[in-house]
Amino acid sequence: MDTSGGGGKHKKGPGVKKGKKLSTRVDLTPMCDLGFLLITFFIFTTTMSQPTAMQMFLPKDVKNPEEQNKVKNSAVITLMLGKDDKIYYYEGDDPTKMLQTTFKKVRDVVLDKKRRTDPKDFMVVLKPTQDATYKNTVNILDEMTIDEVKRYAMVDVSPTEYQLIQKTETANAGQ
Amino acid sequence: MARAKLPRKSTAVDMTAMCDVAFLLLAFFILATKFKPPEALTVNTPNSVQTKIASDKDVVTVTIDKAGKVYFSVSESNRTEKGEILDAINTAKNLGITDAEKKAWMNIPNAYIGVPFNQLKAFLTKTPEELKHVVLPGIPVLDSNDNQMVDWFRATAEAFQGKKMNVLVKGDDASKYPSFGGVINALKKNDMMKFQIVTNPVAVPVGSELYKANMASGRKGSAE
Repeated sequence: MDTSGGGGKHKKGPGVKKGKKLSTRVDLTPMCDLGFLLITFFIFTTTMSQPTAMQMFLPKDVKNPEEQNKVKNSAVITLMLGKDDKIYYYEGDDPTKMLQTTFKKVRDVVLDKKRRTDPKDFMVVLKPTQDATYKNTVNILDEMTIDEVKRYAMVDVSPTEYQLIQKTETANAGQ
Repeated sequence: MARAKLPRKSTAVDMTAMCDVAFLLLAFFILATKFKPPEALTVNTPNSVQTKIASDKDVVTVTIDKAGKVYFSVSESNRTEKGEILDAINTAKNLGITDAEKKAWMNIPNAYIGVPFNQLKAFLTKTPEELKHVVLPGIPVLDSNDNQMVDWFRATAEAFQGKKMNVLVKGDDASKYPSFGGVINALKKNDMMKFQIVTNPVAVPVGSELYKANMASGRKGSAE
């Protein structure tokens, strides 16, 4: 092949003035492949699931106990979130009858209580202990939404209840 | 009868049209993609069945990392409020933060605060690169007598006066409850009774009460 610039022309025959006209068509298959590859990449990197938000309304702290909402004690179930994803619960206002459950079974506990009580009185009290994780807390709040519990409140755990949790724990460990 | 000769056709298809479509879509996705902003604090949020998308306007975010440390930040679009909050804290606590320090901090994208008041001045002078190597103590919330989020929220409420502000609590799965409890107490003390918890959407468990209710009202049972 002669590569020496314009000097190539003189070698050709008298009838041939121009080089053979080349087609301008390019094979677009690789370009197309590349296009789709990039599309897939961008589809996957697009943030699809936006984080959702759980709306929370806090109750106002009332100093005067007479102003507090009255609830029927028997219609209340108290769930206490302990460590290692354990839940301690009792019905009514007697913490000594404390029972233990887990996050997997808590739905049955709540629904069972819900079935047995008057819907207008039914209330769940949530008490996350110092050992509970944030995940536990959000999960139990979410559980309230899942179980359609209309009234629930988040309250701090009292010292007596801490002792009772301790007791329940040792009692269960002994079994 | 001689069989008609079928001319051998080339199997090559004109790719131009397909290529056009491919690049058109590509252009669309490039423009539509919103990369996740590089977050200085990585937090695994818990799951929930909530369907409401977290607000992204006038947002005040309280982040709780996996060690239970609390950080405070204001969304990028609220620069004026951000400045006002810092000014309010500066005057209230006599921290002696200079305008230059404030400006430097304001220019950091997605800046957050994760130190007690007594370290705030030193913290503001640090560059984002320096911060990567420093373990921040977080804003103290656990002691009810020294819950500094109370002051931050008070300053925030003043700065956002007359505007609807969204308080977002973004906690890590592994963090313990007390930090969250501290933040709640701080909110309560400022009479800010409404806040949002940032969660990852998951589908409603099949067969649960909410699932049945959603089915009955004709809505889809999934949280999208």
